[in-house]
Amino acid sequence: MKVPLSWLREYADLPAVTAHEVADKLTAAGLKLESITSYGHDVKNVVVGEVLEIEELTGFKKPIRHCKVETGEAEPRMIVCGATNFAVGDRVPVVLPGGVLPGGFAVGARKTYGRMSEGMICSERELGLGDDHNGIMVLPAGTPIGTDVVELLQLREDVIELEITPDIGYALSIRGVAREAATAFGVAFRDPADVELPAATEPAWPASIGDPAACDRFVLREVTGFDPAVETPLWMRVRLMRAGMRPVSPAVDVTNYLMLELGQPLHAFDRERLTGEIVVRRAAAGERLETLDHVVRELDPDDILITDQSGPISLAGTMGGLETEISGSSTDIVIEAAHFSATGISRESRRHGLVSEASKRFERGVDRELPLVASYKAVRMLAELGGATVHPGVTHAEAEVSPARIAIPAGYPGVVAGVPYPKETVVARLEQIGCVVTDGADPAVRQGGVDPTGVVTGGALAAKLAVTGDDMITVTPPSWRPDLTDPNDLAEEVIRLEGYESLPSVLPSAPAGAGLTEGQRLRRRVGRALAEGGYVEVLSYPFISPADFDRLLLPAEDARRVAMRLANPLSEDEPLMRTTLLPGLLRTLVRNVGRGFSDVALFEMGPVYRPREGAPVVAPVLGVERRPTAEELASIEAALPDQPLRVAAVLAGEFERSGWWGAGRAASWADAVQAARLVAGESRVELSVSADQHEPWHPGRCAALYVGDTLVGHAGELHPRVIEAYGLPPRTVAMELELSRLEAVMPGPVETPAVSAYPVATQDVALVVPDFTPVADVEAALRDGAGELLESIRLFDVYTGEQVGEGNKSLAYTMRFRAGDRTLTVEETTAARDAAVALAADRVGAQLRSG
Amino acid sequence: MSDYDPVEVTPLHADEVSRMEADAIAAIKAAGDLDALKQARLAHAGDRSPIALANREIGALPPAARAEAGKRVGAARKAINEALAARQAELEAERDARVLVEETVDVTLPWDRRPRGARHPLTTLQERIADAFVAMGYEVAEGPDLEGEWFNFDALNIAKDHPARSEHDTFFVGSTESGMVLRTQTSPVQVRALLQRELPVYVISPGKTFRTDELDATHTPVFHQTEGLAVDEGLTMAHLKGTLDRFAEVMFGKGITTRFRPNYFPFTEPSAEMDLKCFVCRGASAVPGNPPCRTCKSEGWIEWGGCGMVNPRVLIACGIDPSRYSGFAFGMGIERTLMFRHNAEDMRDMVEGDVRFTLPFGMEI
Repeated sequence: MKVPLSWLREYADLPAVTAHEVADKLTAAGLKLESITSYGHDVKNVVVGEVLEIEELTGFKKPIRHCKVETGEAEPRMIVCGATNFAVGDRVPVVLPGGVLPGGFAVGARKTYGRMSEGMICSERELGLGDDHNGIMVLPAGTPIGTDVVELLQLREDVIELEITPDIGYALSIRGVAREAATAFGVAFRDPADVELPAATEPAWPASIGDPAACDRFVLREVTGFDPAVETPLWMRVRLMRAGMRPVSPAVDVTNYLMLELGQPLHAFDRERLTGEIVVRRAAAGERLETLDHVVRELDPDDILITDQSGPISLAGTMGGLETEISGSSTDIVIEAAHFSATGISRESRRHGLVSEASKRFERGVDRELPLVASYKAVRMLAELGGATVHPGVTHAEAEVSPARIAIPAGYPGVVAGVPYPKETVVARLEQIGCVVTDGADPAVRQGGVDPTGVVTGGALAAKLAVTGDDMITVTPPSWRPDLTDPNDLAEEVIRLEGYESLPSVLPSAPAGAGLTEGQRLRRRVGRALAEGGYVEVLSYPFISPADFDRLLLPAEDARRVAMRLANPLSEDEPLMRTTLLPGLLRTLVRNVGRGFSDVALFEMGPVYRPREGAPVVAPVLGVERRPTAEELASIEAALPDQPLRVAAVLAGEFERSGWWGAGRAASWADAVQAARLVAGESRVELSVSADQHEPWHPGRCAALYVGDTLVGHAGELHPRVIEAYGLPPRTVAMELELSRLEAVMPGPVETPAVSAYPVATQDVALVVPDFTPVADVEAALRDGAGELLESIRLFDVYTGEQVGEGNKSLAYTMRFRAGDRTLTVEETTAARDAAVALAADRVGAQLRSG
Repeated sequence: MSDYDPVEVTPLHADEVSRMEADAIAAIKAAGDLDALKQARLAHAGDRSPIALANREIGALPPAARAEAGKRVGAARKAINEALAARQAELEAERDARVLVEETVDVTLPWDRRPRGARHPLTTLQERIADAFVAMGYEVAEGPDLEGEWFNFDALNIAKDHPARSEHDTFFVGSTESGMVLRTQTSPVQVRALLQRELPVYVISPGKTFRTDELDATHTPVFHQTEGLAVDEGLTMAHLKGTLDRFAEVMFGKGITTRFRPNYFPFTEPSAEMDLKCFVCRGASAVPGNPPCRTCKSEGWIEWGGCGMVNPRVLIACGIDPSRYSGFAFGMGIERTLMFRHNAEDMRDMVEGDVRFTLPFGMEI
């Protein structure tokens, strides 16, 4: 909302303060300053002159005039001018030598087109009054020569632009802002809507309300004999422009001017183009309307229409129809002022993608008492401006609406604020915003009303919202405050006007909390461990494409292909919610490589979205008057997908850098498995690893990761075709773990191990097994076979070659034995080792390597 | 004893012992390194050295001569051993000095074989904020990203026709009629907390949120918020102010407070916009004539988030009696906080995952 300060001052007796001071007060009251635009403060030495003589100069590319202009100084001025729209005797604005035009443009006497020019004759644009640069601004005849144009045309203006929150539609008007400004400065407010209306004698153009839920007040007034040749007065045009509206024609300008001033949207119909009774109703199926913007609109049965006997003539509260639009020749005008359903207009405006100054106001709530006043002011202005005759009648259709009334204890605003306000303060503040306050809880109060979005409240909800206590007062909010429906709405008004800045600052003592949960701690540990381990965290978008499933080589029946789909994705290419973290990570990896970082290790922690089998497709939208039952809540949860937390890592290039010390080490499948172990380690669980074939991994280099019998993820090198599809560096490796599953199996506190001070006994053993035997199985057999004396086992060599025979490998282990209560004898350790080897032989056919 | 022949014990003559000592000390002095000294030790102090052999002869002397000879030999051996020890120390010191010089390396050589990674600043910033509240007794509450419309809107008093509920702002899942959305705010966690927890409730809920904005320098469709909620008996707006003032101080230092301006949110009433006193210029830049401030754009205050008293309608939807309980809630954007706290100028950097952006932030923020 752009508010010219001069307009504001018409209705609020503001002291001599700057626009910034006004804006600060308004901001503190909740009307937030967006910007202040100042006009004309630098303008000087612009006076009214009369053109005495014109000499047309020739020989130039365009017509040039050398004019003698009387400016009220000792001598007339000689001025060169490139415009031709003025004549001898016209009064024009002249900037004298030494003068300044808007934007700090200084004008001097200079020679141009071979003549001296002592100043400049100005266009509207040059004076900062608008876009009109088609010619010189010709002032009304009789404007006194030498008059200061700055004063005459009110060139100096400050316009405060305010951000208006959706609940306070009344502030989308000079009237509303002036009321707030007057309250903020504690000065008098003059209500521009305070107009004595003449008693209506008869109806004007016939009209009726067909749907009272769409429109509860509809007013028509008429003028005849409007002079279509008349122009909108300059002051009105300037104000419209400064308030951000383009002047159109006198009748339209009047409706816009009053809308800005009062907040009531008005519409002007050409009376000649109306056919029979006007009815406000919803659209019928198949109806169409061509609106002022020349768009033919298919109407929705929910649209609110102004119709006459010819059909729809206006999209109510949003945009008029082209057919009945007033034109440059209209003389008889019907002015419409109405009160439409806020939600109805809001839906309609959104449905048609049509946001107008009118719809903005209606959807935020317009004063229901304004239509009679605003329409009257409109016809009066048309009469004054264009000599029209005001039809004495008025058409007034309305539906009964009961205003909201709210009873609260006088101390309630103080209870909400945490600082007591005397009752007189509470009452005075509520009266300042226009409420009627009476003592006692009116027994007739049926709490409720219509909230700013048009939801009718009352009944059980109102009873639950009711606040009782001592010293009750009953408050009837004014017609322009449909947002005031609940006790807390009133509390906010009092607190805001008393000033949020005067609220005390008191730290409440929350009960002792339990700190972070085990799961929350785990996530922090995992993030930190991976970062310390060389991985950089990324937060990629969870949107993926069906093509990602193909790039990842997921089989047709893979559960990861079943994804939640967005109804309105940002990109039609990526309409799905991820079922794996890998696509986002891989894309990020490619981006980093593309930017010249070929050694990249990344990780991400976040949910994947896995639809549940047989889940309902709709999550019910429940009521809000009470707590939903457990069944109702469960019905929402049932439709939501499973959203387990995962952690994934990808890496490419060198994981250990090469450098002056020698060669580095390329990231390998083993690093991916190790990253998974790192995560598992933070969960205090041991991962068991087995070979698997699982897309998108390389079928020979893919590890399935288990905790006990629970599959928790996969790790390894990516399939070469996946690498190609994403444009990844060769041999890119990845791991993905379901952290939620690790969380679920995370053991309790660590059991302190017994630390033995007895000496260690070490035995090395080399076993020959067939190539395909998983090392993990061999080690498990050795561990199980060695029994309790085994302290640790470490694989220190893997050998293949002639000495162990084709198709075999030799695994060399160091086994360390120790007892908690004695020094082991050689016999004891040898027996344990032999038992280990025997079990390995038994389970995986391991042979003790000879020699 | 009768065979005693004094001529046979020449080695014990004083001259002879002096010579042995002189030879030994000369050899020790002549030893140029520890190996040579070892040789000298063997030759002049070892078991087969002349002095050792002489020592053995003492027993052959007549008892009257033994003491004198013993004294003489003992003194010589002591002198030799002292010379050995002195030379040993000397040579060791020489060797150490030489070796340490030889072993000198260039300590300015780089050693980045295994560079460290980093956590995303949006993650660590959320943790830091959560920690500030955990220290005040709050717990961290969580909820799903893909959320029921009822939780995200209705229960928060956001009416069916509220513009935020349109496809222009909200991602709908399945269809616009599915009742499922990507949560547009962390506020649905408030509702979940009130439904699941026992009163009083003091929770902080960081998380991902979604709105249908195209990515640019100041917008991203996937962003992060942190939201706080307290519902208890007797909570007031003064408590809200006190809590946020304390939070501002914890995050930005002593003397940094907040300012409230009236605003509108459906789920709070009264509602306020919360500004943070600029922690760089501390408000000074707003005074004409003072140097400008880049962090607050010379306004002295930084817009930080929204807050207010929990709308009693929200309490009712969660089955809480507003005549007994009241509450406050607040929320702030994490991207925005990162922007002004760390002079991050472009939100795209937070999204794209370029390691150069993230690495400097390390483990904590």
